[in-house]
Amino acid sequence: MTTPATTTPATTGPVVRIAGLRKAFGEREVLTGIDLDVHAGEVVCVIGPSGSGKSTLLRCVNLLEQPTGGTVEVLGVEVTDPDVDIDRVRTHVGMVFQQFNLFAHRTVLDNCTIAQRQVLKRSRDEAERIARANLARVGLADRADAHPGQLSGGQQQRVAIARALSMDPQLMLFDEPTSALDPELVGDVLAVMRDLADAGMTMIVVTHEMAFARDVGDRVVFMDGGVVVEDGPADQVIGAPREERTQAFLQRVLHPTGA
Amino acid sequence: MAATSTTAPAPGTLPASRRRWSPRKRARAFRAAQYGLLVLVLAAVAAAVDWENVGTNFFNVEAARAMLPQLPTAFRNTLTYTVAGFAVGLSLGTVLALMRLSAVGLYRWIATVYIEFFRGIPALLVVISFGYAVPIAFGVNIGSVTTKAALALGLVSAAYIAETLRAGIQAVPRGQVEAARSLGMSHGRTLRTVVVPQAFRIVLPPMTNEFILLTKDTSLVFLLGLAVSQYDLTKIGRDALNSAAGGLTPLFLIGACYLLITLPLGQLARYLEKRTGARSRS
Repeated sequence: MTTPATTTPATTGPVVRIAGLRKAFGEREVLTGIDLDVHAGEVVCVIGPSGSGKSTLLRCVNLLEQPTGGTVEVLGVEVTDPDVDIDRVRTHVGMVFQQFNLFAHRTVLDNCTIAQRQVLKRSRDEAERIARANLARVGLADRADAHPGQLSGGQQQRVAIARALSMDPQLMLFDEPTSALDPELVGDVLAVMRDLADAGMTMIVVTHEMAFARDVGDRVVFMDGGVVVEDGPADQVIGAPREERTQAFLQRVLHPTGA
Repeated sequence: MAATSTTAPAPGTLPASRRRWSPRKRARAFRAAQYGLLVLVLAAVAAAVDWENVGTNFFNVEAARAMLPQLPTAFRNTLTYTVAGFAVGLSLGTVLALMRLSAVGLYRWIATVYIEFFRGIPALLVVISFGYAVPIAFGVNIGSVTTKAALALGLVSAAYIAETLRAGIQAVPRGQVEAARSLGMSHGRTLRTVVVPQAFRIVLPPMTNEFILLTKDTSLVFLLGLAVSQYDLTKIGRDALNSAAGGLTPLFLIGACYLLITLPLGQLARYLEKRTGARSRS
């Protein structure tokens, strides 16, 4: 696929470059100066207590939240520049939400083709071929004609991943993708994400799944109080955290009963 | 309860022996009293009514038969005015609802003023204005009665429909918008392909009620001045009142005709409500 010149990924440099990012909701400062680079093919897992700003950080990458300060560069385009056509950048950035957010009034197949056809101007045949390929990839080829309401949470989330993949994104954002799922359905979604990581997709994953972060993540970023407290190789940050706050958090998460 | 009345009351409770009836027993007696009252009232009314006069004045077969030739046309006209008015109301109401939610303050203000104005004045005044004021004010004479009726009734119902739609649009979860935007859809495209279609589903049941209200408001179109072939149900009913013997029979007949339209719609609204309820639980 040819991409517009303004959004062609830079062959050099990171996929995402965040510098001095700040975000406030009214008086409340949620992000107070974040610096973060994500390179092509990297899987970065963002962990931290609730309210630490993880989701806000992720939502600033595709500008679902408008940063109040600092710069965000995605695929070489500074999206914080008001002259940038954010809709165009977003077609290269897939996002998966905690609540799935499938279009409730459309079938599974429509969910995966609608943006392809309307935004990328692909033909119906091409869009459906791509959608079916991605549905097969997440193990739901046989549910193309179902409505979202007929699917389990885990199936809905896998459709949401297929929907995002159908746009051929160069970066995938996951915002607590398994937090709204029944425990027995988490595994299927994580397996799909692992496959995606193995295939070389650049991913930023906000998650509470420490095992996934450790096994699949190349890097783990621990956030607390609107700043990055620790950023390093997954094994190191989760296995042998250097910062006291990281240690305390992991202690609480991994041993909730105080064992 | 009988058992407790013989035992000593537990510390801190009233003596149980005071309560001669259990709550369930009292509820049953109260229900029986309500039935009894209803029967009494019905019997009193039935006794007070002059059944012979009711028969000749309200259910006069001759008078009803005299109206029959006009009924099909009038029925069709009423439906036409309703559907045409609803088409105008829905189009304008959608625009107004979007204006109400606009980022432009002036649009919101205009829509609010419009809605408050047309909800606040009787539909009768609007219909009269269309018959007389508009030709004077704008120097245009709308030829077709259906167009005039559709515009007059549509202007009023648009105010109600706009408020219903606005509520529906706001009931579409925010995540739906975020998902669409994250796929690169523009604000306008998101509205058209994701928000509005879902809002319409949410508002189907209340919208059916708007349609019922509009059906009844078509009884005002006679104020526009109608030719015989354009008479609606209410108009033929009123005319028949003046001409025929048989008292109020014409009104009873056309009342039944309105119910023929509105009762199935009410059923439909209840059915849709049940269906949307069932879906949102899934």
